[in-house]
Amino acid sequence: MITVNGKEIALESQLTVMEYLEQNKYQLSRVAVEMNGDILPKYRYSEVMLKDGDRLEVVSFVGGG
Amino acid sequence: MQKQLSKEEIYAALNERHSPEIQAVLSAGNVAIAGLGGLGSNVAYSLTRIGVGHLHLIDFDVVDVTNLNRQQYFMEHVGMYKTEALKSLLMKINPYIEIKTDCVRVTEENIKELFCDNDIVCEAFDNPDAKALLVNGIMEYFPEKKLVSASGMAGFGSSNSIVTRRITKNFYLCGDRVTAPSYGNGLMAPRVAVCAAHEANMITRLILGEEEV
Repeated sequence: MITVNGKEIALESQLTVMEYLEQNKYQLSRVAVEMNGDILPKYRYSEVMLKDGDRLEVVSFVGGG
Repeated sequence: MQKQLSKEEIYAALNERHSPEIQAVLSAGNVAIAGLGGLGSNVAYSLTRIGVGHLHLIDFDVVDVTNLNRQQYFMEHVGMYKTEALKSLLMKINPYIEIKTDCVRVTEENIKELFCDNDIVCEAFDNPDAKALLVNGIMEYFPEKKLVSASGMAGFGSSNSIVTRRITKNFYLCGDRVTAPSYGNGLMAPRVAVCAAHEANMITRLILGEEEV
């Protein structure tokens, strides 16, 4: 189980952060990903594997300012 | 004729309102504001009024007539660069703070040099890709800096759905996180100002050593 934006999610297969974001249709150019307390740099999305107990918050920015 | 107050007069008034101890900390504050639209112009007004001593204003754009529904500009500023227009307005409030301007678009390439001298960064862009680029860049290159960002403030929904959240130790996010502008529910002065005030107050708290939201 991992937790994403407060919801518990069971992973059916081994996924990188990048694969998770793509599968869940996030717009990659508009997100910042907090993982276990820190912002994960974008260049690491495709190398970091999600593992049991990980806690993520995906911030999807919307327009306006 | 415009009345020009002396530095002593302005700081006596700020000390009277805020106390000399608090004012000394505010006067030493150093904040970059990236994006000078509805969020950034309002944040800059608030921080200038309380005498935050060092502001770095960043925007590449000029004032457009459609900005006047929510941004702190006047008709005479249409066509002017926002950096210059806003600096001239802030200097009418307090000409004794230090205001640096950079009329550039923030890119992955220039983040490192643009923000190296500022303790706190206010993300106040309009474009969601630019917001994400700045937040990811600051957190990657300057993880020790405080970053206050905003997402979701369009329309005329409840003021009370706009909140400040602490996402990581140094990254704060204001807004309702979902309301992008749409037809009939565009960006409007009141609700954008609510969100800008969330950003400005969080920045004030950080300058004064309060890290909780």
